[in-house]
Amino acid sequence: MTERAVLTVSQLSQQLMAVMEERFPAVWIEGEISNFKVYGSGHAYFTLKDEGAQLRCVLFRNRARRIRFEPKDGLHVMGFGAVEVYAQRGEYQLVVELLEPKGVGALQLAFEQLKERLQAEGLFSPARKRPLPRFPRKIGIVTSPSGAALRDMLRVIGRRFGEIHIVVAPARVQGDGAAGEVAQGIRELNALGGVDVIIVGRGGGSLEDLWAFNDEMLARTIAASKIPVISAVGHEVDFTIADFVADVRAATPSNAAELVVKEKRAVVETLGDLAGRLRRGMARALAGHRDRLERTRARRVLTDPARPLRDLDRRLDDARARLRQAGLAALGRAERRAALAGRGLRALNPVAQTLNSRRALTDLRGRLERGVHRRLDHARHGLGGGAGRLDSLSPLAVLSRGYSLTRTPEGHIVRSWREISIGDAVRVLLHEGSLDCRVDATREHDDRPQV
Amino acid sequence: MTDLKFEDCLARLEQIVSALEAGNLPLEESLKVFEEGITLARHCSRYLDDAERRIEILVKDESGGATSKPFVFEAEDEA
Repeated sequence: MTERAVLTVSQLSQQLMAVMEERFPAVWIEGEISNFKVYGSGHAYFTLKDEGAQLRCVLFRNRARRIRFEPKDGLHVMGFGAVEVYAQRGEYQLVVELLEPKGVGALQLAFEQLKERLQAEGLFSPARKRPLPRFPRKIGIVTSPSGAALRDMLRVIGRRFGEIHIVVAPARVQGDGAAGEVAQGIRELNALGGVDVIIVGRGGGSLEDLWAFNDEMLARTIAASKIPVISAVGHEVDFTIADFVADVRAATPSNAAELVVKEKRAVVETLGDLAGRLRRGMARALAGHRDRLERTRARRVLTDPARPLRDLDRRLDDARARLRQAGLAALGRAERRAALAGRGLRALNPVAQTLNSRRALTDLRGRLERGVHRRLDHARHGLGGGAGRLDSLSPLAVLSRGYSLTRTPEGHIVRSWREISIGDAVRVLLHEGSLDCRVDATREHDDRPQV
Repeated sequence: MTDLKFEDCLARLEQIVSALEAGNLPLEESLKVFEEGITLARHCSRYLDDAERRIEILVKDESGGATSKPFVFEAEDEA
């Protein structure tokens, strides 16, 4: 009977370890990540699985740092590494050296993941975008001082509006540390003061070349910049995270320069146009006001201030004349009729006619008197109406506008300096009350507004 | 006035021109804004005339702060 070959657990493990580690020192494994977990140490543990099996994997900290995308559950990946036996737990695991997403490249996946995260945070929100200054005095450019991008931008700026202050913050734009230098440049331009807009850019390149502009820290620095940032990375088709987070994305560096610097000619034209409109606007405003002034001046009250008083005087005289005329006419008619009646009386028999004649005479006298009274009433009535209208145009109404009437002690209205001698007393009738004055000078010319 | 940015000057000038063109300002106000507009236009013109081309590059000084010095291309790798 052959001796049983008995191995201790350790011995078996030793042999398995030797076989497996020798057989699978470096292997690519494809599977789906599950139970991905990063420990405080920085090491990550997860399981790769497919429909039929699972494999425990460990990703040590120094390797994890080199992986550009974020491994997470459900991702289909390819892992490269060595199979190790972990004897203490009776397990074997893959010590992962490399991890790549299956299907898309690692960079692409990392890009998508960061984009998704920052977007969820609202860093790309249109509401965060600041408008560019229309006429920057000082432009900050973060780029390689020897690159074609800078040369392109300076050329465009020189052509459009040469006289402008440009500050270049030198930064490497690709390779390790580039993202940090670009971010540093943005911070320095913010600290410098007076910079109105920042252009961050480089020429086109491969996804790897542009990678610095997909850096999360750089994205956050752009978002935190107090000065508006234009990203001008690569050529039109390339989008980077910096493009999404910047206030404006320019397709190319030249395009960025065109966005911030206007054509000087257009600016000068705009200014000239505004100056012209300003002058024409003012001229129109002046003409309008002058027109109003002329229209106001032309009104009678200003051209002939004494006119209302003169009208009143004339109407008063008219009324007086009409009254006298009416009275005289009535008296004349009465006299003629009285004379006629007298002749008729004498022609008749004095005795027989005396009584009748006397009656007729009385009657005539009554009619005469009534006639005169009627005429007088009529005249008086006319005068009354005139006075009523007179009231509406009363000198007092005129006085209330600031005019005054000057009269001699006899009550004559003074119209000319000629009617007055120095030392004469006059009474000046005001809207309220009157003034007794003594004239101490007369002048032919005065300072009334000449119309 | 000189502290105003060109952009602000131009914006204010545009505002004044529009107000004046609308034609409903009192005379005093018209004159006031017109005078301001003329000053602004003159300021803007002077800005355009006085602007100078200056290209600088940021350099680190001993204390670690950034200062700037005139910039010249290091390498002309393009014609």
